[in-house]
Amino acid sequence: MSAIASATPAGQARVQRLERIWAERPGLVGWLTTTDHKRIGLLYLFASLVFFAAGGVEALLVRTQLAAPNQHVLGPAAYDETFTMHGITMIFLFVIPITTGAFGNYLLPLMIGARDMAFPRLNALSFWLFAGSGLFLYMSMIVGQAPSAGWFNYVPLASRAYSPDKGIDFYSYGLIFNAIASTAASVNFIVTIFKLRAPGMSLNRMPLFCYAFLAVSFSLLFALPFLSVALILLELDRQLGFHFYDAAAGGDPLLWQHLFWLFGHPEVYIIILPAFGFATSIIPTFVRRRMVAFPLVALAELLVGFLGFGVWAHHMFAVGLSTSTTTYFAAASLIIVIPSAIQIFAWITTILTGLPRFTTPLLFIIGFILFFLLGGLTGIMFAAIPFDQQLTDTYFVVAHFHFVIFGAAVFPILGGLFYWFPKVTGRLYHERTGQISFWITFVGTLLTFFPMHILGLLGMPRRDYTYPSGLGWGGFNLLETIGAYVLTAGLLLIVGNLLYSLRRGAPAGNDPWSGATLEWSTTSPPPAYNFPVIPVVSSAYAMWDEDDRRADAARLNRGELVLERGHETVASTVQDGDWDEVLTMPSESPWPITLAIAVTAMFAMLLLEHFVTAGVFGGVALLALLGWHTTEPQES
Amino acid sequence: MVVAVALAGCGDNGQNALDPNSGPSRDIATLWWGMLIAATVVFAGAAALLWVAYLRRARKGLPRLGEDDRTARGLVVGFGVAIPIVVLVALFAVANFTVIAKTQAPAAGSTRMTIQIIGHQWFWEVRYPGSKAVTANEIHIPSRTRVDVVATTADVIHSLWVPEINRKIDMIPGHRNHILFYADHDGVFRGQCAEYCGLQHAHMSMKVIAEPPARFAAWLRTMASPRRAPATPETQRGEQVFLANACASCHAIRGTPADGTIGPDLTHLATRGTLAALTIPNTRAALTRWIRDPQHIKPGSKMPHIDLGDRDLQAVVAYLQSLR
Ligand code: HEM
Ligand SMILES: [Cu+2]
Repeated sequence: MSAIASATPAGQARVQRLERIWAERPGLVGWLTTTDHKRIGLLYLFASLVFFAAGGVEALLVRTQLAAPNQHVLGPAAYDETFTMHGITMIFLFVIPITTGAFGNYLLPLMIGARDMAFPRLNALSFWLFAGSGLFLYMSMIVGQAPSAGWFNYVPLASRAYSPDKGIDFYSYGLIFNAIASTAASVNFIVTIFKLRAPGMSLNRMPLFCYAFLAVSFSLLFALPFLSVALILLELDRQLGFHFYDAAAGGDPLLWQHLFWLFGHPEVYIIILPAFGFATSIIPTFVRRRMVAFPLVALAELLVGFLGFGVWAHHMFAVGLSTSTTTYFAAASLIIVIPSAIQIFAWITTILTGLPRFTTPLLFIIGFILFFLLGGLTGIMFAAIPFDQQLTDTYFVVAHFHFVIFGAAVFPILGGLFYWFPKVTGRLYHERTGQISFWITFVGTLLTFFPMHILGLLGMPRRDYTYPSGLGWGGFNLLETIGAYVLTAGLLLIVGNLLYSLRRGAPAGNDPWSGATLEWSTTSPPPAYNFPVIPVVSSAYAMWDEDDRRADAARLNRGELVLERGHETVASTVQDGDWDEVLTMPSESPWPITLAIAVTAMFAMLLLEHFVTAGVFGGVALLALLGWHTTEPQES
Repeated sequence: MVVAVALAGCGDNGQNALDPNSGPSRDIATLWWGMLIAATVVFAGAAALLWVAYLRRARKGLPRLGEDDRTARGLVVGFGVAIPIVVLVALFAVANFTVIAKTQAPAAGSTRMTIQIIGHQWFWEVRYPGSKAVTANEIHIPSRTRVDVVATTADVIHSLWVPEINRKIDMIPGHRNHILFYADHDGVFRGQCAEYCGLQHAHMSMKVIAEPPARFAAWLRTMASPRRAPATPETQRGEQVFLANACASCHAIRGTPADGTIGPDLTHLATRGTLAALTIPNTRAALTRWIRDPQHIKPGSKMPHIDLGDRDLQAVVAYLQSLR
């Protein structure tokens, strides 16, 4: 039941006051200066889907080139750039921004009963810097100097001697930017989750979704510095002739690999953890029961994030490390299986012991569980060191990580798009088409990635722009290419369904699924202030506590917890979620986007060696910071 | 999974990890089959549970919005903690203590024979310490003999991988890695660079030719000798052309002043069956096409296009074909 629907005239007056207080500018300017977490989430969604399309076209080009032996769809240089940009795009410009940026931004404050993120303007800056980093990386293609050393960019191939053009510099600067955006976003998430929870939402009553995002944010915060350091050392080598990675002068190319994977492995869990969060939101709703073993699952989510920092060298089993080193990393990699197994079986038992309704979102989650199992099982195989040393850098690895990244991370994203579509748009998607699109993407995924296991076993290395006939690889490759087109068809059907339903879908109401968490308590789409009254919570399944929600509605009429004096939300204590203070939140501002544009332009000009112009943009950035500072709301 | 088994077993391409021809490879393949069986059981079990949930979808009952039950939690702890611990410990012991011992690099000085393989963008240089022999891409070893392979690189990172003989080992600047080559019996095994190394990573293949020790010794003697002096006017002219042009700055032909190290040693080129790291066969026609336009055959290759004119080209080809 919605608080607004049952409001008395006095309550209605309060709602109207909130409308006025939280209204942002209309039109384009409103979108450019917005600090509303929901609009920022939508901006992230739109931008990351555009990058998904770009990364998808790149993947289709690669698959088309490999459909048969000795083809000439792409030459070697174009092929190398294409697979490199595909990897960078999918990881840095699609999966992470769509999960944390789009879903996290849109949903977290709604799930914890807050009116915005803790730092709304920093949030806007994160988005615009992310958009800048994406444009920056794609500028490399426009100027014809795309990076081509693969997404993990091993030196010395990525050193000036072997990659003399600016592609690698685009990569380094672009990812440093991207890291700034992600770092700001993670700090924002952590503070939001710790401080802005609704009164009564102690840590053990926090939805599992929030645990997943807490783990992701901490992982990002601690993992990104390794990447940034690696990139800065790389640029010092490339631009100023340092020798960090240069074996001829006493450096070591393995330093890059250690630093990169110290970031890169946590990154893998950063990609998958939000998926866990989506699964633990969607499953209880569609099976009408609580998650089995809630505390274990919460712990497992945090553990996965933590243990993810201790396994990086399992990407380096073939580099000739000592046996004691490899044995340690193999053991650590096996330990991390356990929190993952806990979650898999918690999801399965929850479904088994509930009353499942197999609607589109749940179907995607079932697909996710199966694919995560598949990718997880081959992952365990790679902790068997000799097996890893046999099959690493072959198509078996490509199969493994696509089942984890595409099957296990993207399927929940697709399920999540369907699940929260009614909340965001106020309309229902077309269910039958949704189910059909699930089956097409499911079959497409299997067809595209499953044969890659076999190709790896048959000896096909990854990252080859072509392969000879006569090795028995042609048939499987053709099958994969067909699969890739089937998969594309499924994805297009999803887009079509959602676009159509945006206009024509049946009205959804506040809570079409009888969801468990607070986002379903407000209208669809939610108003700018999210909730007319700050909810008071007594369990992790707040929406199923109907008395609590009725009490919220009554509070609106009495004027309690409405916070109608300004841009305000409640801060609570970290552990118990007790009422702490009322915070005044900053509102819309032109400064984040100005600062992001100036910074992006400055780095672009540095790269293109227009130093004076770069200096001018640097000045603009400083001015923007100054302007920003003077307009922050002050403590009163 | 069943499809995988059926198909992988019959791919006889010389580069098949499931068609082992040595102890190390066989152990890895056995490990794989064991893991595949265990993985199939786990996967099938989990899928069956989901299938049961699907069959019971129409069941009537009350939603369990409040309760949390012990049996369900027990299932999670059993399947998610207890069973995995047992299985993983077993896997760890078998793979990382037993199998790994077989696939490990040989201890220093424990083999009678050592060869040195050096990765180049994009070919493999092969040296036989203790002999003057130098060759490329076609690596002869005596069968049923443990060979210590020293793997290094001349430029970027490559990875030496001959799956039917053993697992792979990376070649990293500043590092000297070792790996064991051992072939159960005579045969030809295909290998390929397994670490992305730039434009022609795809055309960086090699062959390991395991032959009876006596035959190997004879081959090695040939390889160690200088080039066979050209005997016909045409081949003599070919040698002159080779030495007078840029060829000699990149390639070595022992017994002539040519001592370049950028490209493969050509002293006994005619004994090799393929060119450019297995990209094309070593026939008269293919060799002619290669020298006329290497960039067309292997774009990005470090060998430039050199305009020799038709007669000189024919002479060089005849000369190279005489280098047995
Ligand atoms: C007309 C003069 C030349 C002749 C006749 C010639 C001949 C050959 C032949 C027959 C091969 C194949 C060798 C094999 O696969 O074992 C080869 C490969 C190669 N050559 Fe040359 N070469 C010439 C000039 C050069 C020059 C000037 C360079 C260096 C700038 C060079 C660099 C290479 C390289 C790097 C390869 C290995 C290519 C690969 O497999 O990626 N060659 N050359
Ligand atoms: Cu290579």
